[in-house]
Amino acid sequence: MSDQQVDRAKRTWLIASSCAGVVGGVATAVPFVSTFSPSERAKAAGAPVEVDISGIKPGEKLTVEWRGKPVWIVRRTPDQLAGLKKTDPQVADPNSDRTAYPIPAYAKNEARSIKPEYLVVVGICSHLGCSPSDKFQAGPQPSLPDDWQGGFLCPCHGSTFDIAGRVFKNKPAPDNLEVPRHMYLSDTRLVIGKDEKGEA
Amino acid sequence: MAAVDKKPVTGAGPLNGVATWVDQRFPLVSLWEDHLSKYYAPKNFNFWYFFGSLALLVLVIQIVTGIFLVMHYKPDANLAFASVEYIMRDVPWGWLIRYMHSTGASAFFIVVYLHMFRGLLYGSYRKPRELVWIFGCLIFLCLMGEAFFGYLLPWGQMSYWGAQVIVNLFAAVPLVGPDLALLIRGDYVVGDATLNRFFSFHVIAIPLVLIGLVAAHIIALHEVGSNNPDGVEIKAKKDANGIPLDGIPFHPYYSVHDLVGVSGFLLVFTAILFFAPEFGGYFLEYNNFIPADPLKTPPHIAPVWYFTPFYSMLRATTAEFLLPLWIFFALVLALAFVRSRGGLGKLLSAGAAVVLALGFWALDAKFWGVVVMGGSVVIFFFLPWLDQSPVKSIRYRPKWHMHLYLVFVAFFLVLGYLGIQAPSQVGERVSQVGTIVYFGFFLLMPWWSRWGTFKQVPDRVTFHGH
Repeated sequence: MSDQQVDRAKRTWLIASSCAGVVGGVATAVPFVSTFSPSERAKAAGAPVEVDISGIKPGEKLTVEWRGKPVWIVRRTPDQLAGLKKTDPQVADPNSDRTAYPIPAYAKNEARSIKPEYLVVVGICSHLGCSPSDKFQAGPQPSLPDDWQGGFLCPCHGSTFDIAGRVFKNKPAPDNLEVPRHMYLSDTRLVIGKDEKGEA
Repeated sequence: MAAVDKKPVTGAGPLNGVATWVDQRFPLVSLWEDHLSKYYAPKNFNFWYFFGSLALLVLVIQIVTGIFLVMHYKPDANLAFASVEYIMRDVPWGWLIRYMHSTGASAFFIVVYLHMFRGLLYGSYRKPRELVWIFGCLIFLCLMGEAFFGYLLPWGQMSYWGAQVIVNLFAAVPLVGPDLALLIRGDYVVGDATLNRFFSFHVIAIPLVLIGLVAAHIIALHEVGSNNPDGVEIKAKKDANGIPLDGIPFHPYYSVHDLVGVSGFLLVFTAILFFAPEFGGYFLEYNNFIPADPLKTPPHIAPVWYFTPFYSMLRATTAEFLLPLWIFFALVLALAFVRSRGGLGKLLSAGAAVVLALGFWALDAKFWGVVVMGGSVVIFFFLPWLDQSPVKSIRYRPKWHMHLYLVFVAFFLVLGYLGIQAPSQVGERVSQVGTIVYFGFFLLMPWWSRWGTFKQVPDRVTFHGH
């Protein structure tokens, strides 16, 4: 073997055909990997949702499904809105400046809503996607601080959010609850997933 | 070798003729001899050596019961939950097969954790068995994948929200994360598409890889030979025929011996199977008897017990924990900096400290939680090189090494316990300490494993006949 001359031409063709084989293999992998992405049917299921909010009493929450996710509409009491002032220094991003889940301009305020009374947020924790539970009752209780003003607690990893969906400091969740694009068709009709600028 | 060159098989009685015919066309005799009748294992195996063969037994149980479950199960978001209940109530003996599979999953992890601890006790991953250990770690990863994908299939609340959490772990990766999570789910939330692909992974893709890895694990083991409680290489002392003096053929000696282990295991396994198949909510969580509801997370969700030590470390990594965590890693790297002789080692350790500092400052705690959890599993792969002790077996290491192992195991169990519990202030602090202890045990091992007075390792294994 060792005293044989390397056939340069043969080696060149071996390398060339191996490269061609690799390209072919990668090209074949593309359709297989592509099957993992959402199907056309899944994409089409993301249409905006219309909600009648006339039935929600102050301090109550309505949950609707949009793109398979829970969207909460909370009608807040004046007390709850006043509590937001107290939580301002305790939350990680009081003015919703972070851009991981960009907040629509019309909701970039302390109450994180168009009308202060109604909060519209996606009820999915920005940590790992659990749906936080309601902890509207103020005051000391298990898993919550003693100066609790009312808000949400994620059962999975203990992230807490105030009644505007703002995450408290030093919690696993990095971001406030996402405010989806939404707009009022009338005083009692709300559409989620769509605003004046178009669909989300 | 041509068929005519091979000697006829003897010793198979009336089957000699058939065996000879096969052996001349297939390496029947050499396979039998290499892996069973002439595979010489050390004669001083103890209790801890049952768990390898038991892991193989549980693998067989899982595959056989799995095949039968697939005959009745429907991988469809609308039908899955009901089809599992159908198996439990209407399929004759279906409950038994389903409980065997669900109890088998927990049994698999118990057996494998004990099997891994045996490796730690007797230095079974040390040279020349590094690849045996690495194949084993890959098997452990596959098992975690199997358990995770399989847990979605009953489509209960825990299945659903557990999958939601773990898939979202991937979304924490910078830049590509959200697209990656979308690619895994195949939808914007965990849904029918996710269930279907997890079913495919659980019943075919991962089992195929798993069986290949188990074969590689055993082939690598039989190439280098088994370690033993003394950590003595039995191949160093051979008789005139080249057979290790302290070795006995695996078959019949250990094949029969392992039947004792199998009997003991089956006693416990069947007791759980018949009397406590849910095992108080630890093997089958109560929330999983509620059908999946994408709009409502159960008030308390936790992974199944075998994932909780790693899950606790994920939960412990909060924004305020990043600074202590960085100080810990910086101290380890400073030690590496001082102790490394070459310039490259110094450069790498200093560079790693700077990269970590920048990373902890720039990226969210959420991402680092995922890194900590991933790292806590991946670190097992490096054990053969982290352990620098001059002897393999704990028997000849300083007494305090054993105490350190016990501290490590205690924290592993505490982390596991806290991972099952609802989040709490105290629990968070304890799991943060646990995370430091866990990583300290491994990352400082290159130094502590050399310290202390080591005992003289004997030339031959210690063995007391019965």
